[in-house]
Amino acid sequence: MSRPELRAPPEIYYGDTEAGKYTNNTRIQQVQADMTYRALELLNLPLDQPAFLLDIGCGSGLSGEILDEEGYIWAGVDIAPSMLEVALERDVEGDLFLQDIGQGFGFRPGSFDGAISISVLQWLLNAETSHPTSSPPHRLTRFFTTLHSALCNPSRAVLQFYPTSDDQVQLITSIAQRAGFGGGVVVDYPNSKKARKVFLCLFVGDGGGAQMPQGLEGDDGAVEGEETRAKFERRRQRELRRERKGKQKGIQGGKEWILRKKELYRRRGKEGVPHDSKYTGRKRRAIF
Amino acid sequence: MVRLITHNLLACHAKGCTTNNFPLKLTDIKLALREADFNPDFLRGFLPRIEWDALVQASREIGDTSLPSERPEMLDDDLLKQLHRVLLEASHSHEGSMTCPNCGHVYPISNGIPNMLLAEHEIG
Repeated sequence: MSRPELRAPPEIYYGDTEAGKYTNNTRIQQVQADMTYRALELLNLPLDQPAFLLDIGCGSGLSGEILDEEGYIWAGVDIAPSMLEVALERDVEGDLFLQDIGQGFGFRPGSFDGAISISVLQWLLNAETSHPTSSPPHRLTRFFTTLHSALCNPSRAVLQFYPTSDDQVQLITSIAQRAGFGGGVVVDYPNSKKARKVFLCLFVGDGGGAQMPQGLEGDDGAVEGEETRAKFERRRQRELRRERKGKQKGIQGGKEWILRKKELYRRRGKEGVPHDSKYTGRKRRAIF
Repeated sequence: MVRLITHNLLACHAKGCTTNNFPLKLTDIKLALREADFNPDFLRGFLPRIEWDALVQASREIGDTSLPSERPEMLDDDLLKQLHRVLLEASHSHEGSMTCPNCGHVYPISNGIPNMLLAEHEIG
């Protein structure tokens, strides 16, 4: 199945059926919730003050509900009316706007303490018409410049998205930098195919004075070491070990081994250890 | 639902509309109240960002005249409660529109959600 952003523009793709599916699917809910918490962590907001946040591409309010729970006051924008309708039904606290983020925001300078966006930015990477204002670089520029001015200084914006190639990451970060943002890309679980998440972590000013956050490492639940090694590796190692042991002490049951054992028993003073002779450790002839 | 707190931050973003594009004029709007948790710390921190004249104008447009027309010097509890009610609890009703005072662009509100989409020639 091809990626959703290649099939139709967001306001059409997220029609009534897809909006319902999206919101009722518990797996999507879980993934979205995890990413929202992670985005909030990356935002690094001061604990003592309730902040006013912008949720870019709030959709049906999956991330907004978490913002409500955490006590933030927020406003959300989305381009899909069906998703916003679901958000109204779910009765989220934030203010909702039907807005195309590629057309830019109209918020006054310094309006928000921070912005989060979950799985949205990749939708800006497709041109819907040949008009110059719908080319991805133009839309991205418009988005980042108006977002930069809408945020107060210092603050951060954390945008999670699904890039298909490194070129897309490159394009997005360069445009964000030109719009005045600092910061960069944080990749969580970079070695996992499923759990890998790309966060664009943008700073206005010094972004709250902290260093660039680190991506999460590890393989997200996979047992460390076991899965990453090639198959049969353990068996080969076991065989190798046995071989080495055999060479050291002689193969069990051989003449050398018997002589060594007898010698050992004699030294320990054990009674009735048989004498060594030319027959010691020799195989019996098969009778037939 | 658009609360006055977000209305107070919202300017017109059509192409070339950069001056006198704030505040958007509210028309055909009825006041609706929706309870919210009272949070004095948030209000105190947020107050410097508010354009007081625009807030008073907007609250008059939706028929609430409780705010003083001058920005108050001191913040007492009564005023904070009033601000809380106007900023966070009073929201627009379901239908209506917002109009840019400069270019005259009308942003219709339907179902409580303002439509901020621009036509192709209005994109900056």
